Amino acid sequence: MQQSKRRSHFPVHIIVFLAPAVLLYTVFMVIPLINSLRLSFFEIVNQNQQSFVGLQNYIKLFTDSNFAPFFWRALRNNFVFFAVHMLVQNPIGLLLAALLAEGGRVRNFFRTVIFMPTVLSVVIIGFIWQLILNPLWGVAEGLLEAVGLGAWFGPWLGKPETALVTVALISVWQFVGIPMILFYAALIGIPDELTEAARVDGASAWETFWRVKFPLILPTIGIVGILTFVGNFNAFDLIYTMKGANAGPEFSTDIMGTLFYRTFFGQQLQLGNPTMGATVAAMMFLIILTGVLLYMFLWARRVQTYEL
Amino acid sequence: MKTSPFSRTIERLVPLVILTIYSIIALFPVVMILVNSFKSRKAIFGAPFEFPASETFSLIGYETVMERSTFHIYFLNSAIVTFVALILTLFIGAMAAFALAEYDFRGNALMALYLSMGIMIPIRLGTVGILRLMVDLKLVNTLTGLILIYVAQALPLTIFILSQFMRQVPKDLKDAARIDGASEYRIFGLVLPLIRPALGAIGIFTMIPIWNDLWFPLIIAPSGKTATVTLGVQQFLGQFVSDWNAVLSSLTLAMVPILILYILFSRQMIRSITAGAIK
Repeated sequence: MQQSKRRSHFPVHIIVFLAPAVLLYTVFMVIPLINSLRLSFFEIVNQNQQSFVGLQNYIKLFTDSNFAPFFWRALRNNFVFFAVHMLVQNPIGLLLAALLAEGGRVRNFFRTVIFMPTVLSVVIIGFIWQLILNPLWGVAEGLLEAVGLGAWFGPWLGKPETALVTVALISVWQFVGIPMILFYAALIGIPDELTEAARVDGASAWETFWRVKFPLILPTIGIVGILTFVGNFNAFDLIYTMKGANAGPEFSTDIMGTLFYRTFFGQQLQLGNPTMGATVAAMMFLIILTGVLLYMFLWARRVQTYEL
Repeated sequence: MKTSPFSRTIERLVPLVILTIYSIIALFPVVMILVNSFKSRKAIFGAPFEFPASETFSLIGYETVMERSTFHIYFLNSAIVTFVALILTLFIGAMAAFALAEYDFRGNALMALYLSMGIMIPIRLGTVGILRLMVDLKLVNTLTGLILIYVAQALPLTIFILSQFMRQVPKDLKDAARIDGASEYRIFGLVLPLIRPALGAIGIFTMIPIWNDLWFPLIIAPSGKTATVTLGVQQFLGQFVSDWNAVLSSLTLAMVPILILYILFSRQMIRSITAGAIK
């Protein structure tokens, strides 16, 4: 009797505890996301009518001359943006973390300072660097001259060949604190006994790092990698601030985020197109999903997590 | 002995040198803006690397910003949105986390999976759908709209992390309360203060992206009345590109609140990440 009653009535308090979160999350995140994905299979005929067009929007995105060149360029640029972060941001983050993990008061100060740009708004960072790199002000040029590299300076943000990498490096400058702090947390979690054993065997700090510590923080490297990958698709703010929705010069800094914005809202003479915008978003969704699944099945499964 | 005192000194010094150089790189652009915002236009260009002296000191930029902009409205908007979204996220998130951590009900694992999906998928991908929903609900250009989106965005990670902390609360404590006849809601009230450190850490990490977001204010609430600081700065600076005094001082004004918060809380913030990782 007691048991059957319990089975038929789901405890009310559990529902009360879960309902607000499930409701808000479902209504304002899950359903709009599903609706956006669904909309990528439709075309808006007139004001309030839409008709199902199958994969036509996707075909248009990949082949139509109004969309395809932009899409492929944005995709390629996004991967360049990602590569710069993987090759510059994460190794610097690891280096700084390894140096900080030695401990001490002075290092706590460095840790606080290096993490600082991360908490500032991307909009502010974008403007700051625009001013610093502005040839009119000449701050960057003056600094390079001071160290004898004055000839290197150029209007990096203004030239199509260098603009994307410059913007990516600015983003690296801002967010290096995140991999740094994650690596740092993993490194200080390694028990002293392990590193001391290596020291006693005569290994240098350098050898100890690569032979003992590095293998132990492989899981963190995977997490940092996937966070970097997903974060790339949120890089809209920086490019919009520094280069506008048109991601100039000549679309050289156009990434999926800015392409999505332009396609959805339109630009200059072209009208916004919600269904094509939804298609761009759906492609971003698929790419992120692929990345996350690859991480889960190829990296997270193979890399052993050591219980420390 | 393998290492000489000399090489040991080197081994000690090199890391400090690298860290010092990188700290300068991290600080330099921000300091340049702060320092130059207090100088006259002539000094900004003539001697950008110098601190303001009595003859170069000028507040003209701040005066322009105060006169021409509606910064106080932006600040108020950002403060309201951030604060309300934060409180809602923490409370609603803690409730859901408690349910997942405390009760072994049917579909618990499935529910946890459903709620944690949102950790990896950026909510921005649903923007087309969100804008339509906001239009239907008449929430375009309202702070309420922004708050609801930010709560939905922050809930998955909040629930995921809080439920791990909730699991660490000793069972004896809750059982003792149950024997005394406390309701489940009362027990939730007992557990909440025990995870205060976790709530604080998540609070900071929820706050920063909300305060700094450009995307949703730009799309959902772009009107002058509802603009947040981030959007306001973006638009204001767009108009004043050539007025360097105004640009530098508005950047400073936008940075200072976050910098003060960061200086006050950086220790707890960093400790919370590292503590979460070690556990």
